[in-house]
Amino acid sequence: MTFHLRKTLGVCLAAVILTASSASPLFAQEADEPAFLTNRINALVLIVVFCAAVLYFTYEARKGKRLFLRKIAGLDAVEEAVGRATEMGRPVLYIPGILDLDEMDTIAGVSILGRVTKIIAEYETPLIVPARYPTVLAACQEICEQSYVEAGKPDGFNKDSVRYLAGEQFAFTAAVNGIMMRERPATNIFLGGFFAESLLLAETGNAAGSIQIAGTSQPEQLPFFIAACDYTLMGEELYAASAYLSHEPLMTGGLKGQDLLKVAFIAVIVIGVVLSLLDHWDVIDFFDIYSAWFQEA
Amino acid sequence: MRRTAPVITAFVTGVVVTISFFFNEQTTFIGQIQSGILIWVTIIFGMSLALGMVSITRVNFNKVKRRQEGWPYSLLVIISVFVMAIPSALPVSWSPLFGRNEGSIYYWLWTRISEPMMATMFAMLAFYIASAAYRAFRARSTESTLLLLTAVVVMLSRIPMGEWFLRLFHPSLPDWINIYIMNGFNLSVQRGIIIGAALGAASMSLRIILGIERTYMGKG
Repeated sequence: MTFHLRKTLGVCLAAVILTASSASPLFAQEADEPAFLTNRINALVLIVVFCAAVLYFTYEARKGKRLFLRKIAGLDAVEEAVGRATEMGRPVLYIPGILDLDEMDTIAGVSILGRVTKIIAEYETPLIVPARYPTVLAACQEICEQSYVEAGKPDGFNKDSVRYLAGEQFAFTAAVNGIMMRERPATNIFLGGFFAESLLLAETGNAAGSIQIAGTSQPEQLPFFIAACDYTLMGEELYAASAYLSHEPLMTGGLKGQDLLKVAFIAVIVIGVVLSLLDHWDVIDFFDIYSAWFQEA
Repeated sequence: MRRTAPVITAFVTGVVVTISFFFNEQTTFIGQIQSGILIWVTIIFGMSLALGMVSITRVNFNKVKRRQEGWPYSLLVIISVFVMAIPSALPVSWSPLFGRNEGSIYYWLWTRISEPMMATMFAMLAFYIASAAYRAFRARSTESTLLLLTAVVVMLSRIPMGEWFLRLFHPSLPDWINIYIMNGFNLSVQRGIIIGAALGAASMSLRIILGIERTYMGKG
């Protein structure tokens, strides 16, 4: 592993110092205008705290400390779902969402695709990956090819298994639904960013008798996936999936850091609720004034 | 090099864009980097459209060539792609039928074929919701019965006739449903998911920037 914690910490600290050095003439072009945006200090504080938490747990994991991860049924079912497709002699359909490659949902989707493709390559099961954007197509082709190579089956990869369908949302949906009904994949995996087409895809897959695993960070689409799919990854589970499937301690450390910040958020919400119930508006007003200062600064 | 270059690119871009976020875009060079990179991203995405054209043509051409099942549809796809793409790429100065303006071939095909077909797909959602609701709202256990009752109450409060019916029990009943179910239980759960997803996305970004996560390259 080429990851060096000390070097990374050093670079991060340098970045923070560089960011804070608003007076530096290197960054300012006009003296009258403020170079550093003080109303974004709160974001800077959050980034520093978050980086520290993630790096601390990554360091702990690197030292060999075992970090607990709760079970995610949808991810445990991936291997079983691929096995089912192998037994039935039918393909696995994997959609990394309908967003472009500059969205985190898509990056999460294509990250998991690598792991899933390795299992698919080992079982020698046919794979279909429809892409809505050419950039996603290129990334998916590269990932799938690499996964086949890592699984020791470079000849098993068919470049046409990753295919571009259409750039328009519902044209893409219609094309995927057509694949589901014609090629009858035994397993459908929808992991990424999905919107109005989520139910159209999931219901068609359900009608085709496929086992379905879905995951998205869009809360409005989750009920549709829960209603029509066998397993659903909710919100953050999608981003945790690659770390979960990899079982690598370094990646698990990142998840722990995120959990710590979540606990802090929950604590702030609970304290806020209790204070408002106890009518301690003076404390809440303090935060309002503090927040207003950032907005005005 | 194939392993290291993307990691270095991700690290440098991530750190520079993060620093750029804290600087004034109007007055500083570093503040302008973020928008500059976003312009580059748009250009790259535009250029990559050729990849899509190649992929869609190759997949469908192979189907036609091998006379696979449903090959006439593939032939139709190839014809459609080129009939839409070629006239729209030609200059309007040659003919008013070229380009994307009103009166062009592209405009005609878009408004009379593509748009109605996409609207039809979207309209079908209503039927899919009905079939999904039928499966989801079956009272098989205590939880599903609770879900069924909540769904019925919420749906009633959202339609004029249902609202009138609920007001027969109490004039403020639809408002209470909106306050307690939609803006209370429902919104709090949604916000919980959104906070978790935002932290998850930030954590994953950090893992990618620091080179801990390389699965997006199919490695690791």
